[in-house]
Amino acid sequence: MGDLFRQNASVLANAIATKEVSAVEVTQAHLDRISAVDGKVHAFLHVNAQAALEQAKAVDAKVAAGTTLGPLAGVPLGLKDVLAMKGEPTTAGSKILEGWRPPYDSTVVQRLRAADIVILGKTNMDEFAMGSSTEHSAYGATHNPWDLDRIPGGSGGGSAAALAAFEAPLAIGTDTGGSIRQPASVTGTVGVKPTYGGVSRYGQIALASSLDQPGPCARTVLDTALLHAAIAGHDPMDSTSINAPVPDVVAAAKRADVRGMKIGVVKELGGEGYQAGVSQRYAEALEILQSLGAEVIEVSCPSFEYALGAYYLILPSEASSNLARFDGMRYGLRVGDDGNNGVEQVMSMTREAGFGPEVKRRIMLGTYALSSGYYDAYYGQAQKVRTLITRDFNAAFEQVDVLVSPTAPTTAFKLGEKLDDPIAMYLNDVATIPVNLAGIGAMSLPIGLAPEDGLPVGFQIMAPAMADDRLYLAGGALEAALTDRWGHLLIEEAPEL
Amino acid sequence: MTTTSHGDVYIPFDEAMSRYEPIIGIETHVELGTNSKMWCGCSTDFGSDANTQVCPVCLGLPGSMPVVNRVAVESTIRIGLALNCNIAEWCRFARKNYFYPDMPKDYQISQYDEPLCYDGYLDVTVDTPDGPQVFRVEIERVHMEEDTGKLTHTGGATGRIHGAEYSLVDYNRAGIPLIEIVTKTVIGTGSLAPEVAKAYVKELRDVMRALGVSDVRMEEGSMRCDVNLSLNKPGDGWGTRSETKNVNSLRSVERAVRSEIERQASVLDNGGRVIQETRHFHEDTGRSTSGRSKEKAEDYRYFPEPDLVPVAPSRDWVEELRAGLPEMPSVKRARLKEEWNINDFELASLANSGALDLVEATIAFGVDSVAARKWWTGELLRVANEQGVELEALSVTPHDIQQVESLITSGALNDKLARQVFEGLLAGEGTVEEIIATRGLAVVSDDGALLAAIDEALAAAPDVAEKIQSGKIQAAGAVVGAVMKATKGQADAAKVRALLLERLGVSE
Repeated sequence: MGDLFRQNASVLANAIATKEVSAVEVTQAHLDRISAVDGKVHAFLHVNAQAALEQAKAVDAKVAAGTTLGPLAGVPLGLKDVLAMKGEPTTAGSKILEGWRPPYDSTVVQRLRAADIVILGKTNMDEFAMGSSTEHSAYGATHNPWDLDRIPGGSGGGSAAALAAFEAPLAIGTDTGGSIRQPASVTGTVGVKPTYGGVSRYGQIALASSLDQPGPCARTVLDTALLHAAIAGHDPMDSTSINAPVPDVVAAAKRADVRGMKIGVVKELGGEGYQAGVSQRYAEALEILQSLGAEVIEVSCPSFEYALGAYYLILPSEASSNLARFDGMRYGLRVGDDGNNGVEQVMSMTREAGFGPEVKRRIMLGTYALSSGYYDAYYGQAQKVRTLITRDFNAAFEQVDVLVSPTAPTTAFKLGEKLDDPIAMYLNDVATIPVNLAGIGAMSLPIGLAPEDGLPVGFQIMAPAMADDRLYLAGGALEAALTDRWGHLLIEEAPEL
Repeated sequence: MTTTSHGDVYIPFDEAMSRYEPIIGIETHVELGTNSKMWCGCSTDFGSDANTQVCPVCLGLPGSMPVVNRVAVESTIRIGLALNCNIAEWCRFARKNYFYPDMPKDYQISQYDEPLCYDGYLDVTVDTPDGPQVFRVEIERVHMEEDTGKLTHTGGATGRIHGAEYSLVDYNRAGIPLIEIVTKTVIGTGSLAPEVAKAYVKELRDVMRALGVSDVRMEEGSMRCDVNLSLNKPGDGWGTRSETKNVNSLRSVERAVRSEIERQASVLDNGGRVIQETRHFHEDTGRSTSGRSKEKAEDYRYFPEPDLVPVAPSRDWVEELRAGLPEMPSVKRARLKEEWNINDFELASLANSGALDLVEATIAFGVDSVAARKWWTGELLRVANEQGVELEALSVTPHDIQQVESLITSGALNDKLARQVFEGLLAGEGTVEEIIATRGLAVVSDDGALLAAIDEALAAAPDVAEKIQSGKIQAAGAVVGAVMKATKGQADAAKVRALLLERLGVSE
């Protein structure tokens, strides 16, 4: 079956279940691949080969014993370093958590273990998931496998790059304003931000609690759906988790059908400010969907104009509070505890040394926005915008089944290009942010390479809350049509590393 | 005028009250007696080894999330209903942000502008020379929050964080459900302000006990009060208030108000300005010392807690809880006053001594109400006061009293012996029966034995027999006394007297 590391998750799972290969062989192949290429890509912050191989061995034992296994049993995965994993380093890309090993598993990790998915290690990310390029990681940037001089997206650039570099066929991301979808877009992979509350946040180091959402990442729509099904569902440990059945995303991915589907093109997300090649591939994808039997109409969401502004008040506000606990008292970094400094100085020195500039910028923004006398003008006003955006979505979903847009305005930009210009960096998320503000689900999948730079372009599909299956229905159909046209997945065009 | 070592000056209370009117407000924190913490399943037991009742949630570890304890919400609603509050149809938790090492998350989950219960009242009764007077204390809000961990500062002179060599943190208390009950400003109490404050806290404590939502032990910190107070001249606008913390007993509530009136009056008399500040009350001196200034209000940057969903108690649930409320202490007092046919003074002394429920329970066992009150407010209260504990903490139960009383009625015990039984019970010597057996406590009712003792007493004082026989029957008392002494009190005095007179052939 060729190089094991090049295979997709569903193929590998099948081969393991039928004893064509062992889970240990599959895991070893990916560990070898990581050893071979991660020096260039830097997708992983931490790999625990021994633990992964032990997990794989246990899967092989179950196969041998004839135990019925889950559909992804034995398949390796990269875990974004923002999710707590018992006994393993969990830094959220920050120096302030260097050396911390959680005494507990996040719910996502518990479910991955229950599904016999083999966790290879922790993937790189922007510090505390603040960024769109992984350049804000305290442990160095990740490089885009399509072009090592370019960013892999962020904050979950490590997870997306691990997929694109064939270091893992599955990965977990978290999406607060696009941190799953934008990396998927610029690396030619698939990523889904489920409906808010669809996947438990318990054990995800919080950035902005009302926006954060863990989700699945893979190289195909079906693999993404299988991973989605493995981690989703109600969790009593997360009060905001949805207590309702998970839509059958796997069946939808397999059905992959847009006949009779009404697809709304969001007028405000496209056109000016979008790279020409992005717009070109996007227009072609819309034509394909139409040819597959979908009805494509234009809808307007006028409040989206204010989404970025509202987001950059709500996110820093919540983050300023969520990140308060990193004070050097209980875990992680402690600076200045030499007997001469009081507790306030130790807290202050620890935070000064442990947080990077982008984190400090957002903590200060949020602290200001929540201050007495400014609350109504900033946080309060932003929440009103949020309500308007939700209304825009609701009105649009009365006309159409799903909404679509380019995932990001551009293809992968160069490392360092936007590092000194926060606003330019923030603008990357202009198309993905409204989804988080409204709490709905969305997918990004690859639709080709931009002619001008030969880099992947992502296509975003958005569905109403708790209708995540529609993402897979439409995404699966589009992926099938494109794969037919190209004769292979787009990712196979990625250069050799 | 007196001056303390901290430089605060006080004028006599009556003098202060001749020139100023006090306005008080009380914030009370009550630890709920739930089995588990507010956001996690950890135990709430008091007194365990440090940091043994903790988990990722109450330690605020990265990634952990809170889940609301339903019993805590239920208790809070019941408290709100008992305090005649409205219960919000929908309310949220909020984060109160500030850095402190005893706060695992560096924010406290509390409620801000959307309390679960609001706009209630509690009527309290204060004894005055003109009889009992009722004051209505209006309740602004009852809200839910979480307790912090506990810091112990080691080294340094003050036991406070400043100057300490190092500090230890115990997070067992972190995340224990707390409710805060805030009164509106209480005006018009005049010189009764200290008594009204104390009566309010006591009534509140009794309500909590009746509801069974907390053990409300002020000395263990499961109920803590902050007293706000300001003074103004009659007709003037309200003055600047201070907030006195660390008020940890009912007596301290009264003393703290009194002391602060005396202090602020002195400041104002001297043309000074009362500083808006937090003050710490000291049980030993009965005075407070200046703490943190509140002139510049701290900015807690409250915002709705995004990790929790809103609390929206259904009206059906609220009504179900209302229907299940126990009899409130004030209603109970009125009923018992009627049933027992006692006056306000007797009622107040029963209530103040904490004997009310015990007497009621004793009567429920069939004991006569006079006898029940006699034991609890007499002998047993004396012992409780001696030991400095609450009546209910004594190892005597209403059932014990019923047993002793029925033995007195049957003539098997007399009052003196009964006291010895209680002595045995208090000393933990066993049950009533066991104590009677081991101590050999039984009324001597054998006529032969009594007659022998009478003869002995008469022989020792031959002149007395003559006196009695000559008609001075009151002289019999001396012989009866001698017999009681000889039988170590284990005789029925009335019976001894009857036998004596019969022996001497005298009739009354």
